[in-house]
Amino acid sequence: MPNSGFNVLLSVNNLRRLALGLCGTLEIAMISVVISVVLGVFYGLLMTKKNRFIYVLCRVYLDAFRIVPILVWLFLLFFGSAIVFHTDLDGVTVSVIIFSMWGTAEMGDIVRGTVSSIPTHQWQSAQALGLTQWQVHRFVIIPQALRRIAPSAINLITRMVKTTSLVVFVGVTEILRVGKQIIEFNMMKNPMASFWIYGFIFFVYFLICYPISKFSKKLEKKWSY
Amino acid sequence: MSSKTGEVILEIEGLKKYYDQKAVLDGINLSIKRGEVAVVIGPSGCGKTTLLKCVNGLEAHQEGSIRVDGKEVGSDDFSWIAARQKIGMVFQSYDLFPHMTVIDNILLGPVQVQRRDRAEVTLQADALLERVGLADRRGDYPRQLSGGQKQRIAIVRALCMNPDIMLFDEVTASLDPEMVREVLDVMLGLARQGMTMLIVTHEMEFAKAVADRIIFMDGGVIAEESDAKTFFKSPATERARRFLNTFYFE
Ligand SMILES: Nc1ncnc2c1ncn2[C@@H]1O[C@H](COP(=O)(O)OP(=O)(O)O)[C@@H](O)[C@H]1O
Ligand SMILES: [Mg+2]
Repeated sequence: MPNSGFNVLLSVNNLRRLALGLCGTLEIAMISVVISVVLGVFYGLLMTKKNRFIYVLCRVYLDAFRIVPILVWLFLLFFGSAIVFHTDLDGVTVSVIIFSMWGTAEMGDIVRGTVSSIPTHQWQSAQALGLTQWQVHRFVIIPQALRRIAPSAINLITRMVKTTSLVVFVGVTEILRVGKQIIEFNMMKNPMASFWIYGFIFFVYFLICYPISKFSKKLEKKWSY
Repeated sequence: MSSKTGEVILEIEGLKKYYDQKAVLDGINLSIKRGEVAVVIGPSGCGKTTLLKCVNGLEAHQEGSIRVDGKEVGSDDFSWIAARQKIGMVFQSYDLFPHMTVIDNILLGPVQVQRRDRAEVTLQADALLERVGLADRRGDYPRQLSGGQKQRIAIVRALCMNPDIMLFDEVTASLDPEMVREVLDVMLGLARQGMTMLIVTHEMEFAKAVADRIIFMDGGVIAEESDAKTFFKSPATERARRFLNTFYFE
């Protein structure tokens, strides 16, 4: 394939830059996922409390992230922080904050839905045995919630990994942007380069997300009863 | 058990329970002696389930008192957690924990709540399983069991806490007809052995066979209370007569 453009991938330098960009993306994704899962559990449990005010507040927060595109949130915080607070948050910080806020909202909703899907008679029969509130959670509610939560939580994580590619727009050195630089640099010499670069990026994301979603399917099967 | 037959084990006085201003239990007085089998009957919605749930604190009451073995439940020196270990309860809905095997369902309370030795409880659990004819099911998950088997396991789970009294809330009401008998037989067996029981049921023949006393509830109060023979032969109140008539075709 003399002129197909495939050879842009063969350049050690280009591959190294892609790899670095990919690591940047993954780092943001992983940090955000960890923060989201931890905070999301608390946020979700908060939503299951029967307090109208807390529920409405949580609901507004969740919908704010569902309705307004992530991209807009990223722009808002990235440029907003500069204009309003005169602080220059770097792209990585902005991304981690926004992705964590979004992830927390989504994770919280998953936790809420799962916990309230556990029938009340499970609570009652556990309490009737003399279990304390904490023991009911530990032995009855959490184990059942975990089994039900795994598929949707893992689905959320893959979505978060994929969506991090968005952070290109706030100037983080990450995979899509690096890819774009390489494409633009090679544009003159090699019109097919963009095909290979994007193809490669697609392939890498597939490699990351496919096993996670396969794993989730397996858990789902193993834990269904 | 039988050595102490006759002393009052459960005493309910002036019990009132409201759901948004509406009195669902409107002054219940009831005392159950050790070894006694009392059967509560009455039309749907009259407060039978609520009464049982108040007895072990799953629902809070607003007025009156509940004493178990002479001590008022919910007081500082007798918590609901402590009381529930003396009061076994089996519900209408199948309430086994679906993520645990039969034996783990049974061991949870004795081991985690009562802090008893696992090996000792396992021996007792196996003996009880044997008695209800389900010894070979100890490693199964609830999904592998029929409704009747699940209810028998739920009874064993409650028994394994060594309760002073057992509460049953329409435990056969969601069962297929051919499974009702196996569960009722287990309860009859318990009654013969002298277990103290407070049973809510719609199975009138079973009530006749098992009850020392019938408690007829209507509209949140005990409308009539008498021994089983008298109640079914010549109920004293018009309400009870009408209720009984709904069970027979003439
Ligand atoms: N959680 C609840 N909130 C409001 N009302 C309730 C609740 N639970 C039961 N009730 C009402 O209390 C009454 C007694 O209910 P219940 O004890 O379940 O009756 P039974 O078991 O005799 O059929 C019914 O009128 C029912 O509608
Ligand atoms: Mg009921």
